[in-house]
Amino acid sequence: MPDTEAIVGWKTITFGCHILEPGSSAKFMTGDWRSQRPVLDKEKCIRCGICWIYCPDMAYSRTQDGYYEVDMDYCKGCGICAHECPRGAITMVPEEL
Amino acid sequence: MSRRVGIEVSIAVAEAVRLADVDVVAAYPITPQTHIIEHISELIATGQLDANFIPVESEHAAMSCCCGSSAAGARTFTSSSSQGLLLMSEVLFIPGPLRLPIVMVVADRALSAPINIWNDHQDIMSQRDIGWIQTFAQNGQEAFDLTLHAFRVAEDRRVSLPMIVTIDGFILSHVIEPVKLLTQEEVNQYLPPFKPRYRLDPKRPITMGPVGIPEVYTEAKVAHNEALKASKKVILQGWKEFADLFGRQYHPVETYRSEDADILLVTMGSISETAIGAVDAMRDRGQKVGLARILLWRPFPGPEFRRATRGAKALAVVDRCLPPGATSGPVGTELRSLFYKVPGAPKIFNFIAGLGGRDVRVKHLEEMVDKTMAYIKRRPKELYEVIGAHEK
Repeated sequence: MPDTEAIVGWKTITFGCHILEPGSSAKFMTGDWRSQRPVLDKEKCIRCGICWIYCPDMAYSRTQDGYYEVDMDYCKGCGICAHECPRGAITMVPEEL
Repeated sequence: MSRRVGIEVSIAVAEAVRLADVDVVAAYPITPQTHIIEHISELIATGQLDANFIPVESEHAAMSCCCGSSAAGARTFTSSSSQGLLLMSEVLFIPGPLRLPIVMVVADRALSAPINIWNDHQDIMSQRDIGWIQTFAQNGQEAFDLTLHAFRVAEDRRVSLPMIVTIDGFILSHVIEPVKLLTQEEVNQYLPPFKPRYRLDPKRPITMGPVGIPEVYTEAKVAHNEALKASKKVILQGWKEFADLFGRQYHPVETYRSEDADILLVTMGSISETAIGAVDAMRDRGQKVGLARILLWRPFPGPEFRRATRGAKALAVVDRCLPPGATSGPVGTELRSLFYKVPGAPKIFNFIAGLGGRDVRVKHLEEMVDKTMAYIKRRPKELYEVIGAHEK
C-alpha cells in the first residue's frame, strides 16, 4: 500500500476544494494502479485502431508507422484493449514488482 | 417604512425570499412546507419575482438543482420538510464542503413510521451534521428576519456556506401572526447582491466537486469545518447590522429571566414562547426559573451557551426528537458533551416532548422543572425521559 500522507494543508487547500486549472487531470498519473500491462504482438496486429477506440483512459495513441502504443503513465491495465482486439494481438502480462 | 401585518408565516417567508430577489427556486412540495413554495411559484408566475422556478421530480433533484444553480452564481432558495428533507439527505452533505451558499427553510415535521405530518424536530435533527449553518425561529417575525439574515450570512465571501432556517411545521408555518415586513429599500440596505468567489463559467472553466483522494480528503473536511466554525463571527455581525438597521437584535442563545435562575429550561423553536409563559407562571410562585433558547444550532455556540447558563444549578433540556437507542436526545447529548468536566457546570436533565404534533403546554414544562428540582437532590435512573408518554 502506498503511504497516504497529506499532500496539501487545510489552510492551503483551494476554496471549496475546487480545481482552478482546466485539464489538470492529465497530471494525475493513474498508471501506478496497474497490476498487468498490455503487450502487443506486431505480427498479428492489423492496425485497425480498435484498442485506441475502446481504451477508456485514452491511453493509446497512433504512432508514425500506423501502430498504436500505450502511454504507461495512464494505462490502468484494465485489459479492455486485449479483450476487444479482433486478432488477439494484445496479451495482458502481470506487472513485476 | 416597514409595515406590521397579520400574515401566515409561510407567506412571510415567501415574502422574504421575494425581497431577497432570488434567482432560482428548485423545490418539491411537501406538507407542511407547501405554502412557502406555492406562494413563491405564484410570485414568479405573476411576475412579482424575476426568478426561475424549477418544478423538480423529487427533493433529491431539488437539492441537486440548487447545487448547480448556486455553483453557477445564482441566488438560490429551496424549502422542505420531513421525508422530503430525508430524500435530499444524500445531496445535503455536498454544498457545505463545496461552499455553495444555498438558503433553505425547513418546516419541521415528524418522520415516518407511523406516518405523521405534524411538528417535531426529528427531521432536522437527523440532518444536523450536514455542515450547514442552522438557525431556529421561535415565531413568525423571526422566520421572516432569519430568512433574510440567512442570505446575508451564507453569501458573505468569508462564509460561503449553505444555511437552513428552521421553523416549526404548522405551529409556525400555517399560523397567521403579526409580522413587521421590511420594504425593498430596507432589504437592499441589508442584503448586497450575490457575488460568489468562484462560479461555473464556460469561459473560465474550473472543476467543482472533484474526487478527494485520501491524501486530501481529511484536509478538505477540516477546511469545511473550520469555515463553519469561523462563520459565527459573520452570523453575529449579520444580526448586529440587522439590529442597527431595523431594531431587532438576535443572539445565538436567547435568555429570559435567567440572571438569578437556579433552573433553566433549554428549548429550541416555537415552544420557547410557551416556555416564557411557564417561566412567568413559576416566577409568580417564587420559583427561580429562567429560559435559555438555542437560536443558533450549527455552528454550536458553546461559549455563548456557557455564558448564558452561568450560575444555574441545573438545566432542563427539552428535545423534540427521540433517537432510539441513544444515550439521550440530540440537544441533551450536545450539552452534556459541552459541559463534561467543566468546573461549576450545571447538572443536565433531558426531557423528550412534543413528538409528532403532541402539544407541549405550560404544565408540561412545569413538570420538567419540578422533576429537575427533585433530580438535583436525587439522580434519576435514566439519562432522559419522555414526557407525557402513556403506559396503559
